[in-house]
Amino acid sequence: MEILVATAIGAMTASGIYLLLRLRTFPVVLGLAMLSYAVNVFIFASGRLVAGAPPILGELERTTDPLPQALVLTAIVISFGMTALVVILALGAYLNAGTDAIDIEKPGEQPETGR
Amino acid sequence: MSLALIAALPFIGALLPGLMIRAGRNVCASLTFATTALALIGLMMNAPAVLWRGEVVTEGWEWLPQIGLNVTFMLDGLGFLFATMILGIGLLIITYARFYLSKTDPMGNFYTYLLLFQGAMVGIVLSDNILLLLIFWELTSLSSFLLIGYWKHLPEGRQGARMALTVTGLGGLAMIGGMLILGQIVGSYDISVIIQSGDLIRSSDLYLPALILILLGAFTKSAQFPFHFWLPHAMAAPTPVSAYLHSATMVKAGLFLMARLWPALSGTPEWFWIVSTAGLITMVLGAVIALFKDDLKALLAFSTVSHLGLITMLLGFGTEYAATAAVFHIINHATFKAALFMTAGIVDHEAHTRNIRLLGGLRKLMPVTFLIGTIAALSMAGIPLFNGFLSKEMMLEAAHEEGTWFTVLATIGAIFSVAYSFRFIVHTFLGPVRDDYPHKPHDPGFGMWVSPAILVVMVLVIGLFPAQTVGHFVDVVASAVTGGEIHTHLALWHGVTAALIMSGIAVGVGIVILAFQRSLAPIWDNARRPEAKAMFDWVIHRAAKGANELTDALHDGAISRYLGIFTTVILVYGAWAFAGGEFSQGTRPLLPIGPVEVVFFALLMAASLGVVLTHRMRFVSLIVISICGLVVSMTFVQFSAPDLALTQLTVEVVTIILLLLALNYLPKETPVESSGARRLRDGVIALATGGGVGMLAYAILTRDMSLPTIADYHVENSYIGGGGTNVVNVILVDFRGFDTMGEITVLGIAALVIFAIVEGLLQGPASRRLANWVPDMAQARDRHPLMMVVATRVALPIALVVGMYIFLRGHNQPGGGFIAGLVVAIALLMQYMASGFAFSQARQKVAYHGMISAGVLVAVLTGTASVVLGWNFLTSTNFHVHIWPLDDIHLASAAAFDLGVFLAVVGAVMLALASLSRIGRRAGEGINLTPMDVDPSAANPVGGVDMSRDLNPEDR
Repeated sequence: MEILVATAIGAMTASGIYLLLRLRTFPVVLGLAMLSYAVNVFIFASGRLVAGAPPILGELERTTDPLPQALVLTAIVISFGMTALVVILALGAYLNAGTDAIDIEKPGEQPETGR
Repeated sequence: MSLALIAALPFIGALLPGLMIRAGRNVCASLTFATTALALIGLMMNAPAVLWRGEVVTEGWEWLPQIGLNVTFMLDGLGFLFATMILGIGLLIITYARFYLSKTDPMGNFYTYLLLFQGAMVGIVLSDNILLLLIFWELTSLSSFLLIGYWKHLPEGRQGARMALTVTGLGGLAMIGGMLILGQIVGSYDISVIIQSGDLIRSSDLYLPALILILLGAFTKSAQFPFHFWLPHAMAAPTPVSAYLHSATMVKAGLFLMARLWPALSGTPEWFWIVSTAGLITMVLGAVIALFKDDLKALLAFSTVSHLGLITMLLGFGTEYAATAAVFHIINHATFKAALFMTAGIVDHEAHTRNIRLLGGLRKLMPVTFLIGTIAALSMAGIPLFNGFLSKEMMLEAAHEEGTWFTVLATIGAIFSVAYSFRFIVHTFLGPVRDDYPHKPHDPGFGMWVSPAILVVMVLVIGLFPAQTVGHFVDVVASAVTGGEIHTHLALWHGVTAALIMSGIAVGVGIVILAFQRSLAPIWDNARRPEAKAMFDWVIHRAAKGANELTDALHDGAISRYLGIFTTVILVYGAWAFAGGEFSQGTRPLLPIGPVEVVFFALLMAASLGVVLTHRMRFVSLIVISICGLVVSMTFVQFSAPDLALTQLTVEVVTIILLLLALNYLPKETPVESSGARRLRDGVIALATGGGVGMLAYAILTRDMSLPTIADYHVENSYIGGGGTNVVNVILVDFRGFDTMGEITVLGIAALVIFAIVEGLLQGPASRRLANWVPDMAQARDRHPLMMVVATRVALPIALVVGMYIFLRGHNQPGGGFIAGLVVAIALLMQYMASGFAFSQARQKVAYHGMISAGVLVAVLTGTASVVLGWNFLTSTNFHVHIWPLDDIHLASAAAFDLGVFLAVVGAVMLALASLSRIGRRAGEGINLTPMDVDPSAANPVGGVDMSRDLNPEDR
C-alpha cells in the first residue's frame, strides 16, 4: 500500500511542478493546487499509514497519530486561502495588463512564440 | 546623577523640539538648552568622584549576557573630558544656532537631530561595553548624516551627508569586526577589562587584524589620511553643525577611541608606524591644502584635518608625554576651533559670503568678531599667551624625540599652520575696507557672539595660567588614557628648548609663505593632483552600476525561470544529501493492497497526468483536477482521518467554485508558447522532483519513527485535559489553539486582501476592460433554473442544521468549526449560484468582514478569558450542563473558540466569493430581483429580471 501512496505523492508533485513552470497564470494556479495536494498528503503520511484507527477515543483499542492530521487540517484550509488569493491576483493582473503571461517581457523583446 | 540617565537625557529630550516647534523657536531652543544643561549638571555631580577622588564611576545591568552585550557605563577622566566637551560646547552651539538659523529653516528638526547626535556621542564616551559603544558609534554616523544634510535643498548638503555616512559607516563596519576580535582575545567585551589586558592583546596572533580594523573605524571617523576627504565636503552643513561636529564631537570620536584603547593597543611597532605615520601625513597635507582654500569654512575644515592628524600622531608615538600632549591639545583644539567656526559663520551670516577673496577690512566693520576671530586664530597658529601654543610646543617636543624626519615634517606642518591661521586673520579682517561686499557687514547681536566669546576667554585663561586652570584636569585625563600616574608641569616658559626653536622657525617661515600666498595660489590651483571627490563618486557609481547589473541579471522578471532554478537547486541539494547517506530498505510492516485502493490509485495517477495533458483547455483541466481532490479525500478516509476527509471534500467544492468563477473572466485556452525543448526540460525537472519526493515519502512510510512521538501525550490528555474524544479537534482548539488562532487570522487577512484587490480592480484600466466585457463562451439562457432554485432553498435549512450538528459534535466526533464553517459556506454559496447574487445578498444581513473579525475576536476573547481566570492563554475547561428536557450536554470552553473558527471560516470563504461576484456585476451581469428568471406563478411568466443582456447580447 505504501508504494501506491508514495507514487501518488510523486505523481501529484511532478504534475504540480510541471504546471508551475508554465508561462500563463491559470496553469500556475492549477500547479499550486496540485502541489498543495501533494504536500498535504505528504505531511499526513509522515504520521505513517494506519487503516481503521481514527483518532477518536473510546471506540477502538488504538488510534493513529493525530498530530499530522491536525496540522494538515489547517493546511488544507490555508491552501484554500492561498489558492483564492493567487487566482484573484492572476485575475487582477489579466484585467489590468490585458495578458495573463507571468513573465515580465523586457522592453523591445518579443515573447517566445509557439511552433 | 546616573550615567545611564546622562546618556539617555539627550535622546529623551530629542522628542521635545520636534513636537514643540509650534510653540515657537525660542521655546524649542530653550528646551534643547535645558535638556543639555540638565545632562551637564548631572555629569558635574560626578566631578568630585572622578577628578579629586580619582574614582571610576561605573553602572550598568545585563542586557544580552549570552553574547557579552551589557548596558554598562563607565566614567573616568577621559570620559569626563569628552562628555564635558560634548555637553558644554553643545550648550554654546545651541545658543548660537538659535540666532544663526533663519526663519525658513525647520528649527524643530534641527534641535531634534542635534540632541540625537549629542546623545549618541555621550553614549560613546560613557560606554564600558564595546558592543554598546558600537551601537552609539553607528548612531553618531546616522545622526550626523541628518545634521550634515540638514539643508536638504542643497545638492552639496545631500552629497556631503551621503559621503560622510558612507565613509564613516564603512569604517564603523570594519570596527565592528575589530571589536569582536578584541572581545574574543580578551574573553570580555568590557572596556575596563580590555584596557587591563594590553599584554594579552599585543601577544595575540590576531592583534594585527584587530588593530587594523579598529583603526579603520577610528581613522574614517577622525578624517585621517587617506579618509580625510569626507570632512571638507561635510562643510555644506549649517555652520553650527560644522562647529559642533568638527571641533568637539564627531571627528573627536575616533581620537577618543584611540585614546580609550591606548593601553590595550599602543606600544608596538605596528601601532607606532600606522598611527603616527597616518597622523603625520594628515597633519602636513591638511595644513598645506588649508592655506590655499578661499572658502573660510574649507580653510577651517582642512585645518581641522591637520590638527586631528597632529593628535593622532601624538597618540601614535605611544609615550606618556605624547599622550599627555594629545589630551591637552584635544581640549585646546575644541576651544579655539569651535570659536573659529562660529566666527566664520558670523562673517558668512553678516557679509553673505565666506570667500576670502571677496572679504578683507572687516576689522573696522566688525570689531567684536575681529577680536574673537583673531584670538582664536592666534591660538591655532601656536602663538604664545594662547592655549594652542602650549600644546603645540609639547607636540614639537614629542616629535623632536622621535628623530629627524618627525622633527622636519612636524615643523613643516607647523609652518603651514601659522600661514593659514594668519591668512584667516589678515585676508578676512585686515586691509582696507571694501565697498563690494555682497552685503554690508556689521557685528551680530549678543546672542550670536556670546558663544565664541566664552570660548576665546577660555583660550586666553588656559593660555596664561595652564597649570592653575587645567593642569590637574589634564593629569587626571592623561592618567586615565595611559593607565599610569601622570604629573605634568604645564607652563608658559620652559626655557630655550628645541621645540621653542622649531616654533620660532614656524612663525617666521609661515609669515613669509603667507606673503607669497597670492602668487603661489595659481600654481597650486593649476597643479595636477588626485581629486578625492571624483574618485569617490567613481567608486560609488561603479558599485551602484555593478549592483544593478547583478540584480538585473538575477531578476529578469521571468518567474518561470526563478521557479525552475529554485526547484532545480532543491533537487540537486536533495540528491546530494541522499548521495551522502546510506540507504537501506525500511522495516515497517506494509499494509496490503486491496482492489478498491488500486482503482483509486489508477484514478489519481490518470488525473495527475490528465491535468498536465489538458491544461490548455482550462475548463476541462479544472474538472480533472477535482478528481485529484476527491481521491485525496478518499485517501484520508482510508487511512483513519475522517476530519481531514470532510475538510478536503468541502474545501474542494469551494475551491472549484472559486476557480470557475475566476475562469469566467480569464482566457479559456492556454496558447502553445514554449518550445518542445523547453517542455522537455520542464518535464525532466518535474519528473525528477516528483520522483525524489515520492522516494522520500516511500522511505518515510516504510520506517517506524526513530524517536518517540508526542502523539501519545495528545491522545492521553485529550479527554482528561481537553474534554473531548476527537483528538484532532482537541489539538486544534486546545493543545495547539494558538496555531489555530494564527491560522484563522491569516485566512481572514487573505479574504480581506482579496476584497481589497477587487476594490482596486473596480477602478482603473481593469474596470474599463470589465465594462466592455464580451462573454467569450455561450451563456445559458436560463440563468436561475427552477429546479435548482427550489432544490437549494429546500436544502438550505437542512444544510444549516447539518452544519450545526457537525459543529456541536466536533469535539468528540469528526467535525468541528472548520468543517462546519465550510459546510455552511457551501450552503450559502448554493443560494448565490441558484438564485443570483443580488437576490441572495439582499437577504444576507451580516457583513462578511464583520463575521471574520467577530470570529477572530471570539477566539482571542476565549483565550483571554483563561488569562483573566489565572490560567495560561487559551487554557480550556469543560463541564456538563443539564437543560430539561435535553440530554446531558457536555460543554467545553473550547467550543467557544471553535465558534470563532467557524465564524472566521464562513466569513473568509464568503467574502472571497462575494468579491468575485462584484467583478461579474461590473462585467454587466444582469440583476435579478426574484429568485428565478421565470416566475411560473405569474400570469405573464417573466420575472422582474433585467434580462436585456441575456436576450440581446449584440446590443451591448
